Amino acid sequence: MKARVTVTLKSGILDPQGKAIEGALKSLGVDGVASVRQGKVFDIEMSGSDKAKAEAALKAAADKLLANTVIENYRVEVLS
Amino acid sequence: MKSAVLVFPGINRERDMARALKLVSGDEPAMVWHAETALPRGTDLVVVPGGFSYGDYLRCGAIAARAPVMDAVRDFAAGGGLVLGVCNGFQILCEAGLLPGVLMRNARLKFICHDVHLRVERSDTPFTRGYNAGQIIRVPVAHGEGNYEADEETLKRLEGEGRVLYRYCSAEGAVDEPSNINGAANSIAGIVSERGNVLGMMPHPENHVEDIMGCTDGRGLFAGLVAHLERAA
Repeated sequence: MKARVTVTLKSGILDPQGKAIEGALKSLGVDGVASVRQGKVFDIEMSGSDKAKAEAALKAAADKLLANTVIENYRVEVLS
Repeated sequence: MKSAVLVFPGINRERDMARALKLVSGDEPAMVWHAETALPRGTDLVVVPGGFSYGDYLRCGAIAARAPVMDAVRDFAAGGGLVLGVCNGFQILCEAGLLPGVLMRNARLKFICHDVHLRVERSDTPFTRGYNAGQIIRVPVAHGEGNYEADEETLKRLEGEGRVLYRYCSAEGAVDEPSNINGAANSIAGIVSERGNVLGMMPHPENHVEDIMGCTDGRGLFAGLVAHLERAA
């Protein structure tokens, strides 16, 4: 099964990298960019076919390692 | 003083740290590989040195914080044992949940590598008793992610409980915006755990311990630890 864990910064957490990217996009003349926040995407291949079990395992993975829940939120999707 | 210096892949300050510990305490520290599940018997102080454990992959210190040896460090700290984390070591201790908060990317996005001044906030802790409260010391920093952040509640607790031991300041001791090199909340350079036995700091006291280094201001931290342990013995 293909799965995806998306990790994003919580709102209110300063994101200097996102700010720098935002500045670069604006200087490139990309229209309509109001703000940028940078995050991470993990594409994970899960063995087995139990979707609920995979979701629970990935939630544990995110809590234990993939995200620092002090500053980050995460979303788990089992795609197929 | 029996110290144990943890070694993770990608760490590069462990020998500087071991040298400083030997110089000030007279005792050779044990180097402890990350895959160990126990600390050497009779360890007085665990040191998590600086460097780039696991290449800073995922987040600085995130992978090292989950190494087998960290369970032993957690038990050691829970029993009141002294733990010192410097630079990447501070990041590892935060990721391991031994200290609150997180070290974010420097506010101006640059890797900073130069001497800074620190104000020692109090002298009545094992990690600062080699200094006077309010003393200004000069030590180097070398980091890209040293911007200490925590939620408002945590910051309030840290300040209220006197757990900020080191703060970035000017040469004259002013804690202000220009001296706050990485944008850290409240100019925080080093904090201790609730019990006061775990210190994390971004600057490198181990690099200012000999005359040949041009400054010996970092010695006080190690000398203070030695004095604390001698008194406790």
